[in-house]
Amino acid sequence: MTPFFIEMLLALLPFYPLISFLLLIIFGKRLSWHIASILSVGAMVLSAVSSFIVVSQLSIQSPVITTHLWDWFEFNLTGSAVAKINFSFYLDGLSAVMISVVSGIGLLIHMFASAYMKDDDNFTRFMAYMNLFIVAMLILVLADNLVLLYLGWEGVGLCSFLLIGFWYQEQDNVLAARKAFIVTRVGDTAMAIGLFMLFKELGQLNIKTLSESANTLWTIGDDAPYWIALLLLGGAVGKSAQLPLQTWLPDAMAGPTPVSALIHAATMVTAGVYLIARMNGIFLLAPEVMTYVAWLGAATLLLAGIAALAQNDIKRVLAYSTMSQIGYMMLALGAGAFTSGVFHLMTHAFFKALLFLTAGAIILALHHQQNLFKMGGLLKRLPFETTLFAVGLVCLVALPGSSGFFSKEAIIGELWSSTTAGPMLWYCAILGALLTSIYSCRLFFLAFMGEKRFEHELQPSSSKLLKLSLVVLAVLSLFGGLFANTLEVSLSAVFPETSLLNLNEPHWLHAAAIATPFVGIIFSWFYFANYRRTGEHSSSAVIFQDKPTAMVMFCRRGLGFDSLYSAFLVKPYCWLAKVNRADVFDQLIMLNAWYVAMCHDVLKSSQNGKLRWYAAAIGLATLLLLLTLNIELLSLEAS
Amino acid sequence: MSAIPLSHILILASILFIIGFVGVIARKNTLYILMSLEVMLNAVGVAFIGAGSAWQQADGQVMFILILTLAAAEVAVGLALLIQMQRRFKSLNIDLLSKLKG
Repeated sequence: MTPFFIEMLLALLPFYPLISFLLLIIFGKRLSWHIASILSVGAMVLSAVSSFIVVSQLSIQSPVITTHLWDWFEFNLTGSAVAKINFSFYLDGLSAVMISVVSGIGLLIHMFASAYMKDDDNFTRFMAYMNLFIVAMLILVLADNLVLLYLGWEGVGLCSFLLIGFWYQEQDNVLAARKAFIVTRVGDTAMAIGLFMLFKELGQLNIKTLSESANTLWTIGDDAPYWIALLLLGGAVGKSAQLPLQTWLPDAMAGPTPVSALIHAATMVTAGVYLIARMNGIFLLAPEVMTYVAWLGAATLLLAGIAALAQNDIKRVLAYSTMSQIGYMMLALGAGAFTSGVFHLMTHAFFKALLFLTAGAIILALHHQQNLFKMGGLLKRLPFETTLFAVGLVCLVALPGSSGFFSKEAIIGELWSSTTAGPMLWYCAILGALLTSIYSCRLFFLAFMGEKRFEHELQPSSSKLLKLSLVVLAVLSLFGGLFANTLEVSLSAVFPETSLLNLNEPHWLHAAAIATPFVGIIFSWFYFANYRRTGEHSSSAVIFQDKPTAMVMFCRRGLGFDSLYSAFLVKPYCWLAKVNRADVFDQLIMLNAWYVAMCHDVLKSSQNGKLRWYAAAIGLATLLLLLTLNIELLSLEAS
Repeated sequence: MSAIPLSHILILASILFIIGFVGVIARKNTLYILMSLEVMLNAVGVAFIGAGSAWQQADGQVMFILILTLAAAEVAVGLALLIQMQRRFKSLNIDLLSKLKG
C-alpha cells in the first residue's frame, strides 16, 4: 500500500467516531435503535479495521508513521526560534498498542453496549458519548506533541464525567461524576504545570524530539527532570486512580456497566500508564521519581487488594481490582520494565473488559442487582456467563497459560534486580498477587456458588451481539499472551534497552511467583467455605446475611481515604466558604451598587410633588449659578 | 437734587424680590403665593425703572409697562384658577395639589 494511503488512514482514525458522535447528537432521539447502533458501532468497525491496517504497516524498517493534519498554533521564542504546535499524529510501537486496544476493545464494548442499553430512553446520547470518548482517547494516544495529548487527556476526562453521570436523575450518580471530575482535576493541574515547566526548559513539546533534547540538556539526577517527572506523575496518578487520588474510581462505578468496562477498566484509567511510558526519557533521568512510581504502584495494589476483599458490590470489587492491576503497571514502569508494563496494560484491558461486561450481563439478568450477597448459585443457572467470568478471573489471578500470567510474571520477574525497585517491592507484588487470588475466589464463590439468594426470576439476555462480544473478549483474554513477542519487537524501538543483572536473584523467585495464586486459591477454598456450600452438603442450608464488622466496613469504604479527605479538605473548605459567605472582595464591588442606590434615594425624595419645594429648588439653583458666575467674573477681573 | 445711585435702587429691588420669593416658598395659601409673585414682579419692575433712569433711556419704562400688563393677565388667570381650586378642593392649600408627583 502506498505511504500516502496509510497516512490518510491514520489521519482519519478519530474522525469516524467523531462523525458518528455529531450525527447522533444532532438527530438524537429521532434515530431508531437500529440506525443509532449501526452508526456508532459501524464507526467503531471502521476505526478498528483501519487501525489494524495501519498497525500492520509498522515494521522494523519503518518503526514510525507520522501524519500532519493541520497547523494548530505556534509560539515565538526568544530570538527567531518558533515552536510549532501542530495537529499531527505520531504512530510508533507504543501508540500502536494503544490504538489497537482502544479501537479493538472499544468496538467490542460498543457492540455489547448497543445490546445492553437497548431499552434506555437516552440510547443515542449514550452511544454519542461513547463515540466521543473514543475520539478523545485516540487523540490522546496518537498525539504528536504533549499539547495535543493534553487535549485528548481532558477530552477523556470530560467523557468520563458525562458517562458516570449518565443516569443523572439519581443524585448519587451526579455526585460520583462530580467527584471523579474534581479529583482527576487535581492531577491534571499538576500535569499542566509539568508541561509548562517542560516547555520553559526545552522550548518544545514534541514527542519525537523531547527525549533527545532532554538527554542532551540534563544528566541523571538533575533538579529539572526531577520536578517535571514528579508533576507528570501527579497527572498520571489522578487519571489512573493511584494512591493519593484513587478515591474517585470506586464511585465511578455509578455509570452504566459498558462505561465501567471501556473507560474505568480498559482504556482511560491506563492513560496515566501511557503517559509515563511515553515520557520514559524524562523519567529515566530522574531515578528517584521512578522509585516513587514503583512505591506508589505497590502501595496502591496492596491497598486496593485489601479494599476489594471487603466489598459487597460486584462492580466495586472489579473497580478495586482495576486499581490494583494499574498498580502493577505503575510498579513495572517504576522498575524500568516498560515493555512488561505496557504488556500488562494490554492483557488487563482484555480480561478486565471481559469481567466488567460479563458482570454487566449478570447484573442485567438479575434485574440490576449488584450486591454479591444477593446472588449465589449462578453456576448452574447462568453457565455461559459463569464460564466467561471464570475465564476473566483466571486471567486476573494469573494462572499459568492465561494472558494475565505472562504479563504479570514478566512484571514480577523484573522487580527483584531492578535498580529503581528491589526485593521489597517484589514481596509487595507477591503479596498483591496473593490478595488478588483471594478476592477473586471470594467473588466467584459469592456470586456463582452456594445457595441462591435472590428472589426474582433470572432474565438472561439473548442478544447475539452481546454474546459475540463476550466470546471474542474471552478468546483474547485467554490467548492474549501470544502477543508477547510481537509486542516486545515493536516496543523495542520505543523504550531504551534495559540491562538486566540477574546475579543476586535467588533461584526460587519464579517458582514462588507462579505458586502464589494457587496458595491464594487453596486458602480461600477453605477460608470462604461458607460461601460456596450449598444445602445438599451441609445439614442446614447456609443462607447468610451480610453483617459487616467495623473492620470490614473500614475496608469496604476504601480504608478511610474518603473520610480522611472529607475531614481534612472538603469540610474545612466548606467551612471557609460558609464563613466567608459575605465575601470581602464582594463588598468592595457592592460599594458601587450601594452608591447608586443611595443616589437613587436622594433623587427620589426630591420628587415629592410639592410646588413650593420645586420653587425653592429653582431659587437655590439660580442663586448658586449667580454666585459661581460672580466668582468667575471676579477672578477674570482680578487677572 | 442729587440722583439716587443705581446701586441703592438695585438693593431695594433685590430686597423686594427676596421678600416676594420667601413669600412664594413659605406661604401655603395659594392666594398669598399669587400676591408674593406680584411683589416679585414689581421688584423686577423697580430694577428696570432704576436702570432706565440711570442710563437715561426709555426702554426700562417700556419694559415695566409690559410687566404690568403681563401681571394683570397672570392675576386674571390665577384668580380664575383659585376659584376653581376652592370649588374643587374646598381649600387653597397649595400642598394638596401634588397629584402629578407620580
